[in-house]
Parts: sequence; C-alpha cells; structure tokens
Amino acid sequence: MDIFREPKVSRRAVIVGGASSAAVTALVPASAQDAKPSTLAASVPEMLKVSFTVNGKVRELELDTRTTLLDALREHIQLTGTKKGCDQGQCGACTVIVDGRRINSCLTLAVMHEGDKITTIEGLGAVGDLHPMQAAFLKHDGYQCGYCTPGQICSAVGMLAELKAGVPSHVTADPAVGPKFSNAETRERMSGNICRCGAYSNIQEAIAEVAGVRS
Amino acid sequence: MKPFSYERATSPADAVTRAAAKPGARFIAGGTNLLDLMKLEISTPAHLVDVNGIGLDTIEKTADGGLRVGALVRNTDLASHAAVTKGYPLLSKAIVAGASGQLRNKATTAGNLMQRTRCPYFYDKNLPCNKRDPGTGCAAAGGYSRGHSVIGVSGNCVCAYPSDMTVALHALDATVEIMQLDRTTRTLPVRDFHLLPGDDLPVGEFALKPGELITAVVLPKPVGGKQLYHKVRDRASYAFALVSVAAIIQPDGTGHVAFGGVAPKPWRSDAADAALPRGAKAVTDTLFADATPTDQNQFKLTLATRTLGAVLIDAKAS
Repeated sequence: MDIFREPKVSRRAVIVGGASSAAVTALVPASAQDAKPSTLAASVPEMLKVSFTVNGKVRELELDTRTTLLDALREHIQLTGTKKGCDQGQCGACTVIVDGRRINSCLTLAVMHEGDKITTIEGLGAVGDLHPMQAAFLKHDGYQCGYCTPGQICSAVGMLAELKAGVPSHVTADPAVGPKFSNAETRERMSGNICRCGAYSNIQEAIAEVAGVRS
Repeated sequence: MKPFSYERATSPADAVTRAAAKPGARFIAGGTNLLDLMKLEISTPAHLVDVNGIGLDTIEKTADGGLRVGALVRNTDLASHAAVTKGYPLLSKAIVAGASGQLRNKATTAGNLMQRTRCPYFYDKNLPCNKRDPGTGCAAAGGYSRGHSVIGVSGNCVCAYPSDMTVALHALDATVEIMQLDRTTRTLPVRDFHLLPGDDLPVGEFALKPGELITAVVLPKPVGGKQLYHKVRDRASYAFALVSVAAIIQPDGTGHVAFGGVAPKPWRSDAADAALPRGAKAVTDTLFADATPTDQNQFKLTLATRTLGAVLIDAKAS
C-alpha cells in the first residue's frame, strides 16, 4: 500500500475538521461578549455573496465578510498552493495575481474582489505543463522547504510584468528613463518575498533565466 | 477580527452618505494597513464602505500646470506615471522606497496619507498606548526608543510617522482635497493634514473629521531642480526609515527639504529651507533645535545631518 498516495484520512482533512470545530466553539463566547458595550463592532458575523474567477473558473461563494482572499482560496476553494505565512503582508507567501497584478492575498478581503480575475500558483501551470517560472525554479533549485515558493513564483511573474511595463523601483537610477533588466532590479523588486531557508541566490538565478539576463 | 458589515459605494458622494448612515463605519480602499489593524483588533469598525469602485483613480493636469492625483490611484501607478517621473521625480522615488511591490500595487494615495504609526507599542495590545486606547498612557516613552521620534513629541505619544510618500508630498507642498459630510469639498495643505500628538487626548494624528473622504492630492506646478529621496534603514529594502530626506535643490542652492522617521509627521520648516544654501548642518541645527532625543535615538540627529549632507553632494554631482 502506498500511504503517500492514498491516505485514508489526509492531514489536511484533519486540520480542516479541527479548525471548523474550533471556530464553532469560539463563536459562543464571542456572542456572549456583547456585555461589553464599548466596541462599535457588529456582534454577529455578516455573510455576503461574492463571485470571482479563479484560474479561469467562476467561483460563487457566500462568505463571512472577515474572510481574506487568502482564506477564501485555501479554506473555501481548497486551492492550498497559496500559503499563509505571516498573515500581515510581511512575508509574501500569499502572493497571487489579481487582474494582472501581484498582491498579498492576506491583506485584502474576499468580498472586495467581486468580478476580479485571480491567478494562483495552480493556475500558472500544472505538472507536465509548467509555467516557465515554475520550470526555472525547479532547474535552479530555487527553494529548500518550498513553503514560500508559490508566493515567490507568483511574485516573480508579476514582478517581471511590472519591469517590462517600466514601473520604477528603488534602484532605478532615473524614474523618467525607467528601469533596465538587471539582477539589482529583480532583487530589489522581490524584497516582499521572504525565504526563511535562504534560497535567494537560486531564486535569482531562476528569475534571471526567465527574464533573459545574466544573474 | 471583529465582525463587520460591508457595502460597496458607487461614487464619492455615495460613499460619504453610506458611511454617515452607519455608526462606526470606515472607508476601505487598498486595505493593506486597515486590515492588518483589524486582524489585531486595534481597529474595530462595525461597518466598511468599500470605495474601490467610486472612481478617483486618475491623474490629471490642473489648470495652473499642477497635477491632481485621485485618492484611489495606486502607489505603483503614481510612481510610474510619466507626469510624475518627469515633473515630480521626488514623489516617484519616495514611493518606491517604501513597502514592497505587492503592497504598492494595492495601496492608494489617500490610504498612504492615512497610514498609522508602526510603533511596536501601538501594535502591542498588552501595553498602554494613547493612540490606540486614549488615556491609558504611553508605554513607548519609557520603552525601547530607538525607532521613536526625536522631535514633535508630547508626554502622550512619541511614535514616528511611517510613510515615505508623504515626506515627498510635504517637500512638494501638496494640497489634500477632502469631501465633507455635506458633500462640499474643502482643501488643506498637506503640511496641516498631519497633526502632532499634542497635550490633549485623543492624540493628534490627521486633520480629518469622522466621515470625511479624501478625494485627491493636488501638486503645484513642477518646480524643477534636483529631486532626491534618500532613505536610511536597517536593511536595504522593505523596511521603515530610521531617517529619510526628501529634497528639492535648485541650481543656486535654495530649495525645500523634509525629513521622515524623526517625528510624528514629516518634519520641515521654512526657516530650515532658508538655511539650505549654508549646508546640511545649518539646516538640521535650525530644524532640530528643539529636539528631545533619548539615549537610544540620539543617533537620528547625527544621521539626519549626514543624510542631508549626502543628498546635497548628490545634488551637486548629478
């Protein structure tokens, strides 16, 4: 029996089950806290419908307004390629591409994305049909544990589009002239993606190959 | 995060009307700062009015040759716009010195103006903070003060203001356009938009009344000169400033200069600007005469002089 391919109970299923039962338990004392009148916050969760396209597929969800785009992707659409690292916009593990732009999915609400087109790591490419950036990360060993990798790859794809469009960066000599492809430019532009394993040099090799520059 | 209701506004007037109808309402645009604070329950709005669909996302020339930047223009778009990179390179440079590419893609012009302090004592709900919970005191004053302000503080608050973009806007003499509750517009020099903490509670922060909506930032016509933004921080990228300098230096040595990282708002004065032809030390001696640094952040005063010195050398060289 190959337990790695056919788990009877996946680790993921256990985590999901555990999280939802914890959430139900947590709701009870939360509503009971209404005795504290000083906060202006609503006391019961508000549910709202939202519809957006993820990797070419229309998704219609009814979500607690507090749900971030990151949690909507991971917990409601089960696209767990997008990772939750810091959940406060510092690590970049949650980077996805929305309407062609890379953003931190942890710092935006799902309900704010009505009608948007979202691309996650699952939408960039698949096994046997890798996106050039995915293939380059494999070739150059642009990771160790792999946790930051989906964010790194989505960020790198969005970053190269920004460079191509002439968006200046902190290392661009003259914003009016615009940036040139260089290792200094791509390094600066990837500073919103942290790799705790420290695979940065290989990540830069991968990006340089896709960008067509020498690293 | 505390529960909240949510709706989308369709126009600036609609946004103001909707927010006024709900107690505890807040506008949300990029959300990159507000959502962070909501997760920590430092900010607990009962209702969010999403302003992303109300327009205000264009950059237009004004009749007198200036530039009107819509409140919802993203930081990336503002830094990249040809009229900005050519006429106001200082603004472009300051914006890309802050945050990360992902955040700049979301963050808006008005949201950046409204950025809250990154003081760790403001973020730590176990400690008193007058900005977070008025009247509880300021744990930062007697705490680890390396990152705090060296001037403009009060007994109530010693935090530093974090935005880079705004330091440039102060040097550029920008104006903030605000829609009031009666839907009429008032304007305010950006220098008056940001407030010092002062001696009263709650501590001063922004000259924006509840329910008012920023609609635009207006830049006067380009003033030319060498425009430089020099930011000193603990790492080379994606960190808040220890000290930053936004400078516009004319060929005759006159100009405008504003400092970030040193005060609860971008720090500048006309007297300090007038001292520019006499060099960096003359400027900082004037500008920081009333500074009250601690042992831990005393270095910011030396750093301010040296950073401006470097900027003045660059202005001559470039």
